[in-house]
Amino acid sequence: MRPLLVSLLGLMLALAVRVTAQGPPPPPPGGQAPPVQGGRGAGGGQGGRGFPAQQRPLADPAVIARGKTLYEISCRACHGGDLRGGDLGGPNLLRSPIALNDNDGESIGPIVRTGRGDMPPSNLPEESVKAIAAYIRSILASARGQGSPPAGPRVELNVLVGDAAAGRAYFATHCSSCHSPTGDLSGLAQRVPDPMALQNLWVSGGGGGGRGGRGGGAGAAAAAGPNRREVTVTVTLASGEKVEGRLGRIDDFIVTLTQSDGTARSFRRDGDLPRIDIRDPLEAHKKLLLVYTDTDMHNVTAFLATLK
Amino acid sequence: MTNRPLTIVASALALSTVLVSGQGQSLVDPASLLKPLAESWPTYSGDYTGRRFSALKQINKTTVKNLSLAWVVRLTAGPGGGGGGRGGGGGPEAIMGGVGTEIAGAGPANVKGAILMVNDVLYVSSPDNVWALDARDGRELWHYVWRTRGGTHIGNRGVAIWNNYLFFETPDDYLVSLDAKTGKERWHVEIADFDEQYFSTPAPIIVGNHVLVGTGNDLDMPGFLQSFDPETGKLQWKFYTVPMNPGDPGLDTWPNLDAARHGGGQVWVPGVYDPDTRLYIFGTGNPTPGYTGVARKGDNLFTCSLVAVHVDTGKMAWYFQTSAHDTHDWDSAQTPILIDGVINGKPRKLVSTASRNGYFYTVDRVSGEHVVTSKFGTASNWAKGLRPTGVVEPNPEKEATIPGSLVSPVEGGVTNWPPAAYSPDTGLFYVHERNGFNIVYLTDPDPRGSMGLGGKTTSGVGSAPSYLTAIDYKTGKAAWRHQFPGVTGGGGSGGILATAGGVLFTGDAGGNFVAFDANTGKPLWHSRIGGISNAPETYLVDGLQYVLVAVGDALFAFRLN
Repeated sequence: MRPLLVSLLGLMLALAVRVTAQGPPPPPPGGQAPPVQGGRGAGGGQGGRGFPAQQRPLADPAVIARGKTLYEISCRACHGGDLRGGDLGGPNLLRSPIALNDNDGESIGPIVRTGRGDMPPSNLPEESVKAIAAYIRSILASARGQGSPPAGPRVELNVLVGDAAAGRAYFATHCSSCHSPTGDLSGLAQRVPDPMALQNLWVSGGGGGGRGGRGGGAGAAAAAGPNRREVTVTVTLASGEKVEGRLGRIDDFIVTLTQSDGTARSFRRDGDLPRIDIRDPLEAHKKLLLVYTDTDMHNVTAFLATLK
Repeated sequence: MTNRPLTIVASALALSTVLVSGQGQSLVDPASLLKPLAESWPTYSGDYTGRRFSALKQINKTTVKNLSLAWVVRLTAGPGGGGGGRGGGGGPEAIMGGVGTEIAGAGPANVKGAILMVNDVLYVSSPDNVWALDARDGRELWHYVWRTRGGTHIGNRGVAIWNNYLFFETPDDYLVSLDAKTGKERWHVEIADFDEQYFSTPAPIIVGNHVLVGTGNDLDMPGFLQSFDPETGKLQWKFYTVPMNPGDPGLDTWPNLDAARHGGGQVWVPGVYDPDTRLYIFGTGNPTPGYTGVARKGDNLFTCSLVAVHVDTGKMAWYFQTSAHDTHDWDSAQTPILIDGVINGKPRKLVSTASRNGYFYTVDRVSGEHVVTSKFGTASNWAKGLRPTGVVEPNPEKEATIPGSLVSPVEGGVTNWPPAAYSPDTGLFYVHERNGFNIVYLTDPDPRGSMGLGGKTTSGVGSAPSYLTAIDYKTGKAAWRHQFPGVTGGGGSGGILATAGGVLFTGDAGGNFVAFDANTGKPLWHSRIGGISNAPETYLVDGLQYVLVAVGDALFAFRLN
């Protein structure tokens, strides 16, 4: 048992390190360098597996089940069904130093037996107290990374709070020069039925994540066609020759592109030479990010959700 | 460094008495850390000011075009590979330490912190690993590996040196002291409760006979800064960044004591030190739960603040909150910068910081009096206004909401831990400015709030242009912005180094290591070595100026060849 546990821990540590390696790796070929993220891994999904609460072996399932029953009877009213604090004001046990330090009831037990503050003492037998502690530890072990609590029951959250009529009017003013509800966006809400994914998609223009999150959502490509969001570039050489293609990468020193016949080209940049003209189909979307109010955004989402 | 040379001499004399304990020849007399940054790099920011401004000018605007590679070495974490760094010509067996049973992250190292350069030796770290390398060629002299109990192995910001001894922190919450010459362990002491899920990434800072140690936590635990005796490892004082007891200052900015005691404010990143006032000034992390402020209504002092504590007592002298009631995980832990400046014709002792939330602040570092607030993250949209105190009023509508809130910057912030720089020659504060948007959805509307960084989901939806930005500390206005070309919104990488040669070194968005003209932001030299993972540094060996920078496991040293 022990060696297996240890090697599992090692594996988990290795995984955690992989996931959390937040330093910027060398830039991908042909792409922009990924951004430096996170003072301590903002958005890094650190797993959090490396702490004692997640390392301790779980008690026998029957003991945990008994502990759960006892918890429901004696503890739930104050500490909550999810251990995050209850209506009667008991503290959140998932961030309680006493619970986090408990190995086998030695920290939790004395408090259950003698009480503390407003908490009354209990005369539960030793084995019952240990079972309650085992149950609490089993919930702590299921906590998620970066301090997130264990996943609770799925809650339906209504993203569609906007006014579809107002969204239609906003669309007509700001979007209709490029998009049409009966043209490129016809049936959009059927292709992207989830309102959150729909909102992420249209606000980003399907351009994907940028920094700090998941991308524009599934269905982005389908919604907009194969080359619709391709960024193209024209390089005008000193001779007057123009070279056009799909933009690979540009920084202060180089621009790379792929011509329509598949030929990869790159050009050294020196200040403003050669002249570079970039056509970014998402430019209008990016500029609108500075303009939308949240109400505008919700209204347009409500309107687009009607395009079935 | 200061306009009061007499005071500084007095402070230096006071500090030098520490050396009475007599360990013979000392590599780094703590009093020497008071000197402006030049040949060596003996502390996290090079010196106490946080300016990252080196007096070296062999490499300057004219000569930088001739900069070329002196050496490159790749570091392997863990005891494997015979202890040798790849490409470094091998090396001795790793020295093993630690109280745990596991080796974490064996393989290519990830260098994300300061590298000290003392007496021609470099001291480099990654989580659980410390190396000593020859500053001339990167050759490995010794390698120490800490066996871990676990914890979040996200990064290590570097080691500290006091006389002949090194100090570093581990993800499983130990402060470890090594003999700098041999890498052999002297002692280790536990600095935080591992069960409570603290994990430790900062570089310690030495001031006199104090080892100043921050630590971190993502699980709603209180932040604190501690001071340890460099000789014995004994705790000297502990300063909590949030109220812990009835009657503590700041408690009226929390709904109750339980919320305050779970309020975060971690000390993630090293601060700066003013010898005239003996104040250590640092930034604190975000309040917790991070995204759900519903159960912690109020300003949540002293999270997201500049905090000044007296280095001998750990007592707070002043604070200035740079993000009141943060609800976006925008910690204010960034290393601030001490500036001896002039405001309205009067010489002032100032401290400036550019916060992750996109706002720049200048404050009087003696009194904490507010001087400047300005928005440098051009797209930042979370504020409602400015209070008379200079504190930015957050717009509650920009908190996470169920139907989504369109917010700039993204979670990683306009800037982050990679440090800014300041040049007294130009009077400009240099910082990377990344402007991105995400939609922040509340997924846990529970009135008790969520925990840690839970309760939300975010989706990046695009970018506004990103820049290397030079800010006038007196006004907060940008003197210039160098826009990184491209359409994907990538910002620059790594921290920034400024030099008396009039050159800035940092990474751009395309994987280039770049020298910029400090006056204009014009690129003068570059080398495409990959996205840089720490802040560039510079030192002098054999009369030659080196520029040193890390890209993950690789260290690159450049000089004029």
